[in-house]
Amino acid sequence: MIRRITRLAPCLALAGCAGVQSALDPASDQASSVFGIWSLMLWICGVMYALVLAFLAAAIWKARHRLSGPPIAEGQKSPADRPLTRVLTGWVGLTVVGLLVLTFGSFLVDRQLALADQKNAQTIKITANQWWWKVEYDDPVPGRRFVTANELHLPVDRPARIELEAGDVIHSFWVPNLGGKQDLIPGRTNRLLVTPRRVGLFRGQCAEFCGLQHAWMALDVTVEPQTAFAAWAEAQRRAPAPPSTPEALRGRDVFIGAACNSCHQVTGQPAQGQTGPDLTHMASRPSLAAGARPYSRQALDEWLRDPQALKPGNHMPLVATRADERAALVAYLDTLK
Amino acid sequence: MIRQRIVGDLSHLPDHAFGPRSLMWWGILGFMLIEGAGFLLAGGAYFFLVGHVQPWPPGQTPPTLTWGIVFTVVILLSEIPNAWTNNQARHYRDWPTRIGLILMSLAGAILLAIRFLEFQALNTRWDADPYGSIIWALMILHTVHVVTDLGDTLYITIVSFIWPFDGGEYSGVVDNCVYWRFVILTWLPIGALVYLGPRLL
Amino acid sequence: MTAGQDLEPLEDEALRERLERVWAHPTGWRGVLTAVDHKVIARRYIATAFVFFFLAGVLALLMRAQLARPESHLIGPDRYNQLFSMHGTTMMFLFAVPVMEAIAVYLVPLMCGARNICFPRLNAYGYWVYLFGGIMIWIAFAMNVGPETGWFSYVPLAGPEFSPGKRTDFWAQMVTFTEVAALAVAVQLVAQILKQRAPGMTLSRMPLFLWSMLVTAFMVIFAMPAVMVATTFLITDRLVGTQFYNPAEGGDPLLWQHLFWFFGHPEVYIIFIPALGMVSQIVAAFSRRTILAYPAMVLALLANGFLAFGLWVHHMFATGLPRLGDSFYTSASMMIAIPSGLQIFAWIATIWDGKPRFKTPLLFVIGFIVIFVLGGLTGVMLASVPLDLQVHDTYFVVAHFHYVLIGGAVFPLFGAIYYWFPKITGRLLDERAGVWNFWTFFVGFNVAFFPMHILGLLGMPRRVYTYKAGLGWEVWNLISSLGAVLIAVSMLIFIINVLVSLRRGKVAGDNPWEASSLEWATSSPPPIYNFLRIPVVTGREPLWEGDKLPVMSGLGETERESLCVSIVEAEPDIRQKSAPPTVWPLLAAIATTVLFIGSIFHEWAVVWGAIPVAITLCGWFWPGRPTRKALKERSA
Repeated sequence: MIRRITRLAPCLALAGCAGVQSALDPASDQASSVFGIWSLMLWICGVMYALVLAFLAAAIWKARHRLSGPPIAEGQKSPADRPLTRVLTGWVGLTVVGLLVLTFGSFLVDRQLALADQKNAQTIKITANQWWWKVEYDDPVPGRRFVTANELHLPVDRPARIELEAGDVIHSFWVPNLGGKQDLIPGRTNRLLVTPRRVGLFRGQCAEFCGLQHAWMALDVTVEPQTAFAAWAEAQRRAPAPPSTPEALRGRDVFIGAACNSCHQVTGQPAQGQTGPDLTHMASRPSLAAGARPYSRQALDEWLRDPQALKPGNHMPLVATRADERAALVAYLDTLK
Repeated sequence: MIRQRIVGDLSHLPDHAFGPRSLMWWGILGFMLIEGAGFLLAGGAYFFLVGHVQPWPPGQTPPTLTWGIVFTVVILLSEIPNAWTNNQARHYRDWPTRIGLILMSLAGAILLAIRFLEFQALNTRWDADPYGSIIWALMILHTVHVVTDLGDTLYITIVSFIWPFDGGEYSGVVDNCVYWRFVILTWLPIGALVYLGPRLL
Repeated sequence: MTAGQDLEPLEDEALRERLERVWAHPTGWRGVLTAVDHKVIARRYIATAFVFFFLAGVLALLMRAQLARPESHLIGPDRYNQLFSMHGTTMMFLFAVPVMEAIAVYLVPLMCGARNICFPRLNAYGYWVYLFGGIMIWIAFAMNVGPETGWFSYVPLAGPEFSPGKRTDFWAQMVTFTEVAALAVAVQLVAQILKQRAPGMTLSRMPLFLWSMLVTAFMVIFAMPAVMVATTFLITDRLVGTQFYNPAEGGDPLLWQHLFWFFGHPEVYIIFIPALGMVSQIVAAFSRRTILAYPAMVLALLANGFLAFGLWVHHMFATGLPRLGDSFYTSASMMIAIPSGLQIFAWIATIWDGKPRFKTPLLFVIGFIVIFVLGGLTGVMLASVPLDLQVHDTYFVVAHFHYVLIGGAVFPLFGAIYYWFPKITGRLLDERAGVWNFWTFFVGFNVAFFPMHILGLLGMPRRVYTYKAGLGWEVWNLISSLGAVLIAVSMLIFIINVLVSLRRGKVAGDNPWEASSLEWATSSPPPIYNFLRIPVVTGREPLWEGDKLPVMSGLGETERESLCVSIVEAEPDIRQKSAPPTVWPLLAAIATTVLFIGSIFHEWAVVWGAIPVAITLCGWFWPGRPTRKALKERSA
């Protein structure tokens, strides 16, 4: 029923606003259900609004001639009292019916979301920190688990059970094309189920105010076919190829020497820091600094030149002060694919 | 200016009344509602935290009962002079009202002294954990009310010795007695939360 | 003088002189500092609230300037976060609630036919506390210690670890200041409306504005303690190390959210319900017809008041609370549309059946209906859990609550200003400027806020200081910023209209709109004693009942007195003394300010700061009569 209304959606004009971060362009079961209830709401509320405006316009139009005469006080019965009171009762009844339909529709969708099929779900744990996302892919075999940051890959047509935790303050996980948001609260674990139905690149963003860089706390989401996902996961589990050029080798020494490794992790290197994003495959990610810039060597260079210029207030210090050191560092980091 | 027609005269009306007829009673009722809402919400916060902190109390001994019981008994007994004072004021009895006020001031002071001992025997600190925080918050919240009413009673007592009472002042004494009753009644749930909660929950 | 007798002008003149002697008050600076007349206090209150309104509006313009383009570097994140925190804080705590209460402080005693508000000194104290709290937070903001965690200050972000420094402490104490002030007014409104109405004004004859303020006052009394408890816990967490909200020690950040929204949702209705009362007065006066279905209107106000306390969890749908509970809040939130819809219908029906004159106040009411109903309908959408999870914390919500609050409260407020300005100042606001004021506001508002619905659906979250280019948000943001400029133009027209009309406006006379309630039965502006004699009410529209107003004599003519009546039937009961002017409320407010600000820096300030407060309270209540000793000497 709700599906059918979706197809009749009155918001075709808005649905034209397809985008990588849009609630009007659903790409999962969950987002489609919500889009359905949105369309139902828009219809019913639209009709109610039109009724109110029509009545108001009629009242103003009707009044254009009668401007004088004594006022009608309490007790001086107006002939219109009775019919108006009846219409008022009818109006209240109509409101009640409209609200009942909406409440029931909303309840059905909510139930549908709660009882969604979780068989064969991929479990992913996401931990939000100021101002980046840690993403952990669970696996029954401990050696097959892996960690990434600020990017999320999901296989199409397979439910993903996302466990949400926060490392510092409250954040909110929200990828509009894939469904509603859920808060990440320190001391609690929340869960969100997503069943992607369309391959594509999407963008998510923190939706609960979390401090200075709330605006630049985004997440790149790739929904891809099962095989592509498996290949990506396999690549994530491998350590990146060790640096081979002299500059990249020097860059690795800078990375270790300048204590980048005390916050960041790179599998296969003496870098086990946990307070910052995992960098093992950073050069293969679509963007830099939680969605602040598309990834490129040049963007990386700018970021390292002054991390506080791009994302003022973030927790990344200036490490490579000399230009040649920075160039080496960029060369090394760019090998982390 | 709209023309007027006199339909009555108000100069014969009394200039004061007791209880709900008096304006000040409604003012005090307003403040009691505000404070009552505050107590209720603090109690709600208590139960909210009980749901998150297990066991309750988390590893501490519950507050020692001795002084809590003494406080409860004394504050309940204080209703006797309170009711008596109320009655004297309603009958415009000058000296008995003043004696009642002195008794009530004494009761307040004694209760504060006991309260001091209670704080020594809470067996937790406000910064230990949420349990300690909410226990202290409830105790301080109630103590502030004891202090407020004691201040008010002392003030009326002093005034009663310097100025002659008029009807409005008698009415004020009655309102003060009503407020004290509120302080007594609110202690019962708060005392239960502080002393019995950690034992029963 | 016997009952039923018509009055000679000469008697009126003699009475006027007597009243002026009894109600005389100091002039000059002493008069400013000692005032307890509700009209004087209310005028200051309204003016102060509007100053804060315009200041917060300037902050909004700065934010719109920053957001007009993507990835703009006009304002940095730290400053931007302070801007939106101050904007919300000022609008909610320093403008919306106070201005509604301020108008009530002016009008309620007049509508009740009273000589002054019931607790004149408490009234003055409330104003001073509000003023000092507002000044404190704005000075803090100017010195770069303004709030930075939003008007809602979620922990742990606002806790000691993530908001070090004094910024959040100033914010928390600002809340305490304004709550003390709001509660002081609420207590007075309850006592005033229940105990000090005109003789004969039974509950079923009360103007709807009085009903709305009665409901509001009770809501303030039950809702505001929640935020005081919440901010007290926050400030003790920050200053003395309590653990209420600290998840590391077993505390819970959601406790803050529950307490805050238990206050925060009713808060919206605390702002909105007085506006409903204003709308009812304006619709009746300009339609020249009593409001249709008065009993249903009263019940709708009461229902709004009750239901508003059952909705707070719909601000927390995304926090992962149990789903069944969420469904309950969905139906409760939707239910509140019923009484609101009923009132909307009754107003339109009243216009329909009346003889309306479309003056500026009625224009603002029509604007209110058009805008507010849309905001109400998006509110119904937000009540649905699944849909809310999509649009919660996005610009859709920003659009929704501006439609509800500006449409639902500020439009009626402007209507109210145009309507009652002649009563307050004795002069009418210019009608032509008023029409311009209305249309620029109406158009500017919709241009500024309608696109935000679309932005929210397109995925733009709230409280971001900038946004990525290429997400389809640029054009809507630019349109919105242009709308904000138009609103600013509208506000300038309003300010100029007020300033010019104060000096050169058309002289109003007692009742320029031929309205029906008691405030129009006295001169404009009213004398300090409000009414020559106490008006008696025989129907719902006292001034439409006949050409002579029944009155009672003998009150407040030899000393400052006000009248207490029985609650339901409003029969005269007691001549209540009314406090004369004094400086003590001001001193008490200063002592309170020292206590509150002191406690930001040192926890023991709550103890030593209480001493001056106690001293000033003694001065406040000190009886102004001869002592026992003096009386004894005199009789000897």
